[in-house]
Amino acid sequence: MLSCYRVLDLTDDKAFICGRALSDFGAEVIKIEKPGGDPSRLKGAFYEDEADPEKNLTWFAFNSNKKGITLDIESPRGKELFLKLVKTADVVVESFAVGYLDRIGLGYKDLSQVNSGIVLTSISGFGQEGPYKDYKDPDIVVRALGGLIYTAGYEDRPPLGVSYEHTHYLGAMNGAVGTMIALAHRVHTGRGQHVEGITQQALDIVCSAEIEGPYSFFGQIPTRHGRARAAVTLKDGSTYYNPLLWPCQDGFIALNLLLNPTAAKNNLSMMEYIKQDSIEIGPFETWDWAGKSWENMSREQADKLMELLGEFFMNHTKDELLKLATENRFQLGPCNNAEDILKYPQLTARDFWKDIEHPELGTTLKYPGGAVVTTQGYAGIRRRAPLIGENNEEIYQELGLSESEIQNLKEQKVI
Amino acid sequence: MTKKPFEGVKIVQLCWAGVGVYTLNYLSHYGATTIRVETSTRPDPVRLFAPFAPTNKEGEPVGLERSAFFSITHTAPELGITLNFKQPEAIEIFKKLVVWADVVGEGFPTGVMDKLGLDYEGLKQVNPEIIMFRTCGYGHTGPMADQPGFGSILTAVTMMDTITGWPDRPPVPPSTYYTDQLSPMYGSLSIMAALDYRRRTGKGQYIDHAQIEAGLNYITPLILDYQANNRELALKGNKCDYAAPHGIYRCRGDDRWIAIAVMSDEEWQSFIKAIGSPDWTQKPEYANAAGRIADSDEIDRRVEKWTVNYPPEKVQEMLQSASVGSGVVANAKDLDEDPQLNHYNFYREMEHPYMGKLRYYHPDPVKLSAVEPDIRRPVLLGEHTDQICTEILGMTQEEVDSLREKGVFD
Repeated sequence: MLSCYRVLDLTDDKAFICGRALSDFGAEVIKIEKPGGDPSRLKGAFYEDEADPEKNLTWFAFNSNKKGITLDIESPRGKELFLKLVKTADVVVESFAVGYLDRIGLGYKDLSQVNSGIVLTSISGFGQEGPYKDYKDPDIVVRALGGLIYTAGYEDRPPLGVSYEHTHYLGAMNGAVGTMIALAHRVHTGRGQHVEGITQQALDIVCSAEIEGPYSFFGQIPTRHGRARAAVTLKDGSTYYNPLLWPCQDGFIALNLLLNPTAAKNNLSMMEYIKQDSIEIGPFETWDWAGKSWENMSREQADKLMELLGEFFMNHTKDELLKLATENRFQLGPCNNAEDILKYPQLTARDFWKDIEHPELGTTLKYPGGAVVTTQGYAGIRRRAPLIGENNEEIYQELGLSESEIQNLKEQKVI
Repeated sequence: MTKKPFEGVKIVQLCWAGVGVYTLNYLSHYGATTIRVETSTRPDPVRLFAPFAPTNKEGEPVGLERSAFFSITHTAPELGITLNFKQPEAIEIFKKLVVWADVVGEGFPTGVMDKLGLDYEGLKQVNPEIIMFRTCGYGHTGPMADQPGFGSILTAVTMMDTITGWPDRPPVPPSTYYTDQLSPMYGSLSIMAALDYRRRTGKGQYIDHAQIEAGLNYITPLILDYQANNRELALKGNKCDYAAPHGIYRCRGDDRWIAIAVMSDEEWQSFIKAIGSPDWTQKPEYANAAGRIADSDEIDRRVEKWTVNYPPEKVQEMLQSASVGSGVVANAKDLDEDPQLNHYNFYREMEHPYMGKLRYYHPDPVKLSAVEPDIRRPVLLGEHTDQICTEILGMTQEEVDSLREKGVFD
């Protein structure tokens, strides 16, 4: 759908996903690395644990579909070539430290001088201006200042960041959306503009609905409650935290326990299944699920309900509980790991996973397919990420460089 | 005045809950004309989400206009119409809106629109160029197509509930409805791409947005690691495989914490200076990351002995001014007062007829140099029913009144 657009991608691993998402919809994305390879290629996990820049799994994940060239944009000749490329492009995406591109003479003003239609998309933790603009923004720091850490964790331990670093992807994906807004604007104005995707703000959007209501109305500050998230109020007016995550026989599941009339039928039938396991359900034998909610429950009853649900889940595997949930529309789902998700029946039925060839590794790897399915063509992964400088010849020849010139640039370490 | 990016784009949105709303907000904030279709006979469940603004008078029911959750998520300029699809006339009016529209967005489980004849085939008959965006938990085909898609379940299903935790305890959720805020960006991209494509080719399309599939596009490295190395993600608390110190440290005050991440040997030297070069930092092994990682428990204890002397704001300032990553573990109050968010005018105070003055209306996490977003308080249920019927659909006021009596606009 977007094959008419060319994107020059200068991002590091924080924001690879931005250009990747645009490429899913067909944009031609050219990943530009430093000669010798992007330093991000050395971070994170590798294929067969071999620390080789051509085997980096994060690189594979979020640079697939892209073309790859090497270019030293700091050298005078490199800068010249980059500006030549900007003339052919619609979008430049970057995630450097704030102000870096301005300092090397490739800021928005410089780019728009050679191509007034260019959209420059800058992705950062905190934004291109303001008191935090020069702040270091590693995952755990931006996540903390974005409000997601304070409410995650157990009461008796420090709050928790994530063991899978991905926080900047939220800002990067907003950068992709902002890029499309700017391209739509260009249709009216004929001009590009400078777009920002900001991770701290994206994180605040994630937690705003949960924390800003209690704070605005009642001055309450939501905090962390282990496996539970939202609080409910019991008959005696006290607050109760019912877990969202539960252990089961072979892992964990999430349960969205709704005690309201719309869920009455489901709750009643879940009780029947629980009884089939010879679990005593006590006061819930005669509980009026349609008419009663947490507000009608004593603490003792709430504890009993948690106890019997806990016992039931421990009797079953994730697979069994998924089957039960799907058949009965119970609001629970397995906490999948990679092994589980690769055989998740719904995704198999939708032919979601895509086999992507890696000829250099002599193997094929499964990747998530498109984030959407459309009637105007496939939107998702099509080919593996580029090797270092894989498309140098193609792109530089297109700029009018001869083979000997390209060879020269290689020797001068410009490309 | 120059046009807004999506000026002239007309959207009909029937999105319940979070994802579709977040998705379309980006378009409505930037110039699209959006009509929100609801019914009071089966209100959007988010209108019933606590907490509610305590603004109702004694004995007055809390109603459908006081949910903070609804209010925080509906920040775009929208026109509101109520249509009760149990009435055939309501379906007819809806179809007229489809003729008017460029985009129809809906967020019901598969089957709801289909039973009303309002699936893509149905809409295409009245408007062949329509772009229909449908979002649901599991996608609109396959054995789970008709399952409700709660973000709290999809977060687990997409592996996102097992990325936060300590090695010795069960994982905790990183947020409650995480995929509700991760999947909309892909939804918006798809609609914007579809509009761009239609502008150039005249072709509409159907977009099937499965929140599970959009969510999984964020975790590709974990899927690859499993295949390449037969490894599942291990929970690490707040530690990092390639950096130390890296964690959340207690500060002075009640439940006050600071995030600190020293990501390079150079930053380690800056960190030492910033904390006054205590003796323990001088161990030669600590000069490189591998040495610090090997002794990270001890380093964490030492760092915390220093951080507990200061409020987190002070630590943030001391370390960031030395170019070391650090940040307050912000709670609701910290976020509200955060100087950076406020610099970006992220809290936009507005008056709401039922809820009073509130400052939690946010723009999207993007900033464009040539256009400002239009942020509004949420549309009330059926707020513009008459206006839409008369001005957009050309009906007479008498027609509207008589349909209202029949319950078409309930």
